[in-house]
Amino acid sequence: MEQVSNVVVQPADRKKIWGIWKVALILFIVTSIEYVFAFTMSKGMLLNVIFVTLTIVKATYIVSEFMHLGHEIKSLMYSIILPMLFIVWLIVSLVNIEGAAIKGARGTQDFTGSNGATEQVDEGH
Amino acid sequence: MSTTATAIDNKKGLWRGGVSPFKASYGKLMMWFFLLSDAFTFSTLLVTYAFIRWSAPAYKGEASDFVFSTEYWPIPEKVYEAFPGFHGVELPLVFVGLMTFILIMSSVTMVLAVEAGHRMDRKSVVKWMLWTIIGGIAFLGCQAWEWTHFINGTEAGTIGDVVKNGLWINNYEIHGANLTFNQYGPPAFAALFFFITGFHGFHVFSGVVINVIIFFNSATGMYERRGHYEMIEKVGLYWHFVDLVWVFVFTFFYLI
Repeated sequence: MEQVSNVVVQPADRKKIWGIWKVALILFIVTSIEYVFAFTMSKGMLLNVIFVTLTIVKATYIVSEFMHLGHEIKSLMYSIILPMLFIVWLIVSLVNIEGAAIKGARGTQDFTGSNGATEQVDEGH
Repeated sequence: MSTTATAIDNKKGLWRGGVSPFKASYGKLMMWFFLLSDAFTFSTLLVTYAFIRWSAPAYKGEASDFVFSTEYWPIPEKVYEAFPGFHGVELPLVFVGLMTFILIMSSVTMVLAVEAGHRMDRKSVVKWMLWTIIGGIAFLGCQAWEWTHFINGTEAGTIGDVVKNGLWINNYEIHGANLTFNQYGPPAFAALFFFITGFHGFHVFSGVVINVIIFFNSATGMYERRGHYEMIEKVGLYWHFVDLVWVFVFTFFYLI
């Protein structure tokens, strides 16, 4: 350091640093659990609900600890979180209700894997 | 500002002015609101993805019998199973796991940089910012490799009907992916992959650029002279947001 500096560097708080690494550890463990579910469970609505729940767990840790929102005052917290809750509501309803309704209205058939009647009729052709 | 404020010091209050709304600084508050609006943008992309995917034909057969077809939506772990240096070996979701690890690690180093900034520890800030930049660049490199693999496809390819030069070609052998058709599934699958991971990757790229700027600013002592490292905090918010979006992209694109 060439210039004379009167900045006082405070010592690191070991507890605080450990807290940061603890959150990182939780994020890795939750991701590992997601991998375990991905390879042991068959696809379905239950698995999707588990994945979304674990994702929200991870998002909560990132937002409240890494982004420090959990330590801001309540009004700031809610002004960020409430709009996002409405968005999540929108996503869930668009996926589950609208997506399924459009699929039903189009008469789209799922591919079942059995050799009979697997030919898809695509009206777009 | 301070001189006039001290003259009417006892008039400070939530509804009288003189204090920051939400007890957060202007810059941090605006960053939060920007991130909220950015979250809306990403939400629209995820809504589009989920809507198209849930209204497309699904594959309901056995996962072991799965083959790529343009007629139904693919199983994600059958698409993303390549790893650099392991050609032909099926390693489902391993590479994307590595990418997740890299991005979370670079988020952790960013928190450590912010923490060092609170203690006015310039050396530590510079060190952790450097690690954050390395993590960001590593992630972008991984994504470049993944895109290249996705675009080039596998040797086997898929037989499907495509439109080429304005004509329908039946039983065309498709290798890899572009915005018109792809070997993995319906055309929308590749388009959404490019759009969503691309939009996220662009955010990572911007984040790396901003990280490099604040890295140099903290290394040259600009924030030390300023008396605080709030800029690291603000950019940190953006960087964690990029990590947050990846958590969602990871779930919706690679797991579900």
